[in-house]
Amino acid sequence: MSNTDFVLAVEDLTVSFDGFKAIDALTLYVDRGELRVIIGPNGAGKTTLLDLICGKTRASGGSIKFKNIEMTKMAEHKIVRSGIGRKFQTPSIYENLSVFKNLEVSFPRGRSVFGALGFRCTDEVKARVQSVADEISLGDSLDIEAGLLSHGQKQWLEIGMLLMQEPELLMLDEPIAGMSVRERELTGELLQRICKGRSVIVIEHDMDFVKRIAHKVTVMHQGKILAEGSMDKVQNDPKVIDVYLGH
Amino acid sequence: MDSIKSWLARSGMGSVLILALIIVVVFPLTMDLFRLNLVGKYLTYAFVAVGLVMLWGYGGVLSLGQGVFFGLGGYMMAMFMKLEASDPETTKIQSTPGIPDFMDWNQITELPLWWEPFRHLPLALLAVLLVPTVLAFIISFAMFRRRVGGVYFAIITQAVCLILTVLIVGQQGYTGGVNGITDLKTILGWDTRTDEAKYILYFLNAGLLIAAILLCRWIQLSKLGTLLLAMRDKEDRVRFSGYDVSMFKVFAFCLAAMLSAIGGAMFVLQVGFMSPSLVGIVPSIEMVIFAAVGGRMSLVGAVYGALLVNFGKTYFSESFPDLWLFLMAALFIGVVLAFPNGLAGLYESHVKPRLGKRKDKPASGANSTPSSDVPPAIPLHSGASHGGKPLARTALPDGVQGTSA
Repeated sequence: MSNTDFVLAVEDLTVSFDGFKAIDALTLYVDRGELRVIIGPNGAGKTTLLDLICGKTRASGGSIKFKNIEMTKMAEHKIVRSGIGRKFQTPSIYENLSVFKNLEVSFPRGRSVFGALGFRCTDEVKARVQSVADEISLGDSLDIEAGLLSHGQKQWLEIGMLLMQEPELLMLDEPIAGMSVRERELTGELLQRICKGRSVIVIEHDMDFVKRIAHKVTVMHQGKILAEGSMDKVQNDPKVIDVYLGH
Repeated sequence: MDSIKSWLARSGMGSVLILALIIVVVFPLTMDLFRLNLVGKYLTYAFVAVGLVMLWGYGGVLSLGQGVFFGLGGYMMAMFMKLEASDPETTKIQSTPGIPDFMDWNQITELPLWWEPFRHLPLALLAVLLVPTVLAFIISFAMFRRRVGGVYFAIITQAVCLILTVLIVGQQGYTGGVNGITDLKTILGWDTRTDEAKYILYFLNAGLLIAAILLCRWIQLSKLGTLLLAMRDKEDRVRFSGYDVSMFKVFAFCLAAMLSAIGGAMFVLQVGFMSPSLVGIVPSIEMVIFAAVGGRMSLVGAVYGALLVNFGKTYFSESFPDLWLFLMAALFIGVVLAFPNGLAGLYESHVKPRLGKRKDKPASGANSTPSSDVPPAIPLHSGASHGGKPLARTALPDGVQGTSA
């Protein structure tokens, strides 16, 4: 449990649901500026791992350190404020609000009750919303109600909402699920751009996509890490082939 | 002129203006004092309904216990007036002169210490605002911190209603019991029962109500209003955007409580008594019906809802006293099933588009902003879209489903 240079240090993390260990003594380090992809069969505990890091689920044991600060006991909103952003598996956006409002609400200012009352949408905020919207190819759709966006655009919007917060660690749960081929390409480029200056953890199933974006791949199986390394190395690991890829 | 018009449309001030005209000008001109006083009473319930729009419509938190705060606000006011009405001179036939009559009947010989602050009007007014709000804070903080919500929260608010009613009825020596606090006459020597006082109180009530609506409208238009809507739809997304969701709900609950308390105090001033019958479960649910009928997303609608349901109640309970409760229940069920956004929702979906069409035709291409400021309806079934996940995945070991990768 010593301090490290890693942006995220997960050590000996365990969580059990009614005796079933969804995460079992897992240790994982993520470097600054790294784009890590986590793969693994259904039920391997990938989403649970993200839930644990962002505080949605509480660990039964072990430690999660973000920039050497212990996260396991921290309230969710404080974890977010310390710089961890999380995108959910199904697009989680405010369908009834406009794209602009969706992004504006995610701007990291006026986060207390009375702060929110006094919050003014200044030019700085507007400029930031515009630049993030351009980044996620929604620059022309600011006034559209978010519920009317296509599925892929909703995914981008949620990524954009996270970018508004300028997190140092971004966690994306299946960001290209349900996207068209073209949208996948654009998302790949987007991920390449946004991982500059921050660390990104992506859960993904699409192997071609993983190959294209990953710096390093972690394979999970039954709550444990099965293999870790470059895509090539992982793909040729007999254990991995056995449980996951060899079909 | 156009800028004023667009501002009116954007901020929803037009409808507030119309409402203000109706209750400040039309009602006083067309009604006799008896009816106007009745309307004044209904408008005190409108405070609760407006609070519920913020709490239930915007915040998504249903409280079935607003009577608690309405009642507490009323009791705080009534205690002050009761003490003033119980000066030693008028109560000299009591065995202990100078204390409220119901205390004397219950063999209490000294004014309880916690009644003392209510000798002073500023303290009593402060108590009207603060006591219900602090209670609301304690209840909601304890609940929302533990993520108690939805039906469970509604049940707990009902329990609080019941507890307070039992407490008031049981401690009749200190609270006036089931009869409540009656025979209220003056504030600092000013008789509230004269015709003139009734007019003044009506306008004071109307003014406060409009002010409350404006305050709530301002909150709705601030980032806090957006956050409340966002929370209602995607609570987790708000939480994981760095907001302490529970504190926002606590705020909405306290706001609704404070508004209800003001309504309760105005009720006492205009009607002249306070009793546990206004605290209990039934009035609390009635207040939710006012908001539901008027439209839980519309501040102005909630006021119309309170007025209409109460007019209906007065009319029907005079003509068919046995049927009224059934009618009320049918009304509630009907509204929730058929028009979940109440009268205001009907107006938005049926009347406004037609009005808009007529207006837009002559105005050549005037870029009328579509109803983007209209609060969105509560989605009946959210989460209709789920990510088209690749189905072809490796088979799972048994019993691993549900934990989801």
